[in-house]
Amino acid sequence: MSKENAITPAAFRHLLGIEGLSRDQINYLLDTAEVFTDINRRKIKKVPSLRGKTVINLFLEPSTRTRTSFEIAAKRLSADAVNVSGDSSSVTKGETLIDTARTLEAMAPDVVVIRHSASGAPQLIAEHLSSSAVVNAGDGLHEHPTQALLDALTIKQALGTLSGIKLVLVGDVLRSRVARSNIFLHRVLGNKVVVVAPPTLARPEFEAMGVEVHHHMEPALEGANVVMSLRMKKEYLGQSFVPTLEEYSHKYCITEKLLAKYAPESIVLSPGPFIRGTEIESAVIDGPRSYYDAQVENGVAVRMAVIYLLCRGLSARASTESDAGMEDLVDDEIIEELAHAKAG
Amino acid sequence: MTDVAKEWKQVLAKDQIRRSVTRISHEILERNGGAKNIAIVGIRTRGEHLAKRIHEKIIAIESTEVPLGVVDITLYRDDLSNSSDQPLVRGTDLPFNVDKRVIVLVDDVLYTGRTVRSALDAIIDFGRPKAVQLAVLVDRGHRELPIRADYVGKSIPTAAHEMVQVLLTECDEDEGVYLRDTRKVQS
Repeated sequence: MSKENAITPAAFRHLLGIEGLSRDQINYLLDTAEVFTDINRRKIKKVPSLRGKTVINLFLEPSTRTRTSFEIAAKRLSADAVNVSGDSSSVTKGETLIDTARTLEAMAPDVVVIRHSASGAPQLIAEHLSSSAVVNAGDGLHEHPTQALLDALTIKQALGTLSGIKLVLVGDVLRSRVARSNIFLHRVLGNKVVVVAPPTLARPEFEAMGVEVHHHMEPALEGANVVMSLRMKKEYLGQSFVPTLEEYSHKYCITEKLLAKYAPESIVLSPGPFIRGTEIESAVIDGPRSYYDAQVENGVAVRMAVIYLLCRGLSARASTESDAGMEDLVDDEIIEELAHAKAG
Repeated sequence: MTDVAKEWKQVLAKDQIRRSVTRISHEILERNGGAKNIAIVGIRTRGEHLAKRIHEKIIAIESTEVPLGVVDITLYRDDLSNSSDQPLVRGTDLPFNVDKRVIVLVDDVLYTGRTVRSALDAIIDFGRPKAVQLAVLVDRGHRELPIRADYVGKSIPTAAHEMVQVLLTECDEDEGVYLRDTRKVQS
């Protein structure tokens, strides 16, 4: 068995989170995504591989960026993408999630991409869909796996490596599914992860995830390779986690001055949207450290890779008993036999 | 797989492969009146290695630079379902302008023609070549599409139950073309 074949297509059933993925699976996803970045730069940005497949984008929480990214990804693979958003669906009319799953199942989509405000909603949908693959596009405070994957691909391209790095997450890590997915991913890869925020947000509980917790920017940033800015969610402001955004900004805004002093080589990422001057200085987000545009570009490639591998996994399972035909037999197997025959 | 006949018969030896590659290289140059305006493109995996050998040969004969590319047909296959054997998608690399160029597509074995069909689709996504020609080391027959090779190392008449395997030193421990009967042995 060659190393390339170590992960069979059937290994990818759903993508519900980064937690539980192996280092090999993460690398396989990223290597596949890398190929799709090339397709996105061609004149003809489309390959026919998923012709006849249907992808339903079920977005029950407002999102333009992620939904558009998934839609473009499906279309560039020649799959048909159907968007269902929160206010246009029966969910607002009181339908339960399980009934939604049942309705979806009857329409026989190949992939269901779901964003939901409740943690675990994609998992529940997945349990009720027997023949479709489910992709978590962000669920409550739980995970946002494709975001962590696109961040990882961006880091890999910018630094040339994904190992031995120090990643610093700044901002509302407590209510960030992006933070959680990134923590899982970089802990599996053996990287150092630091969270920095006021004590109300960067709680000691994070230490159980193998993360260093800081409340001051200077020691947190020291020697960082990647600094990630997480959004301070305005909707939580009344809940006394931080007194005001101005006060937060005074202590935790990512500035060029801080970076130049403590992490001069670092790159800066943001899942967007970001609040200029509060979480991150304009000079940083518009400067050479910022890989924000690359993140958005890589988002399409990562989502193409995820949809492609899930569809391939579904097909592989469906055809396990069917005859693959001689041309399609695994070369390695034949070569092994050949070597055997010659030796004997 | 235990009750499958294991007798592999060598149909082309290392030296014969070398001579075939040399002859094909000369034929390509003869047919196209030199190396001007041609590009050599291999189909992953073994077609890529053969393309490199032909490319090297052509440069040695003509002492001029010729573009070399590689296509990965994984995303252009018509059978996502038979995918248990599909390795990592590795991408297509055509570092030259495809428009108005004569592309010589290279693969190890020509069988149903479906791989070539996929490769044609992949190339056409990059532009409009003047022509596409096909060079293969082995033509084993049994076409399922109206596709033929312009340059053939060796035509080997085979039965559908036979299997052809090309081994090249770039990716295998051995070099040669082997044929095997896959019918089950009566036990």
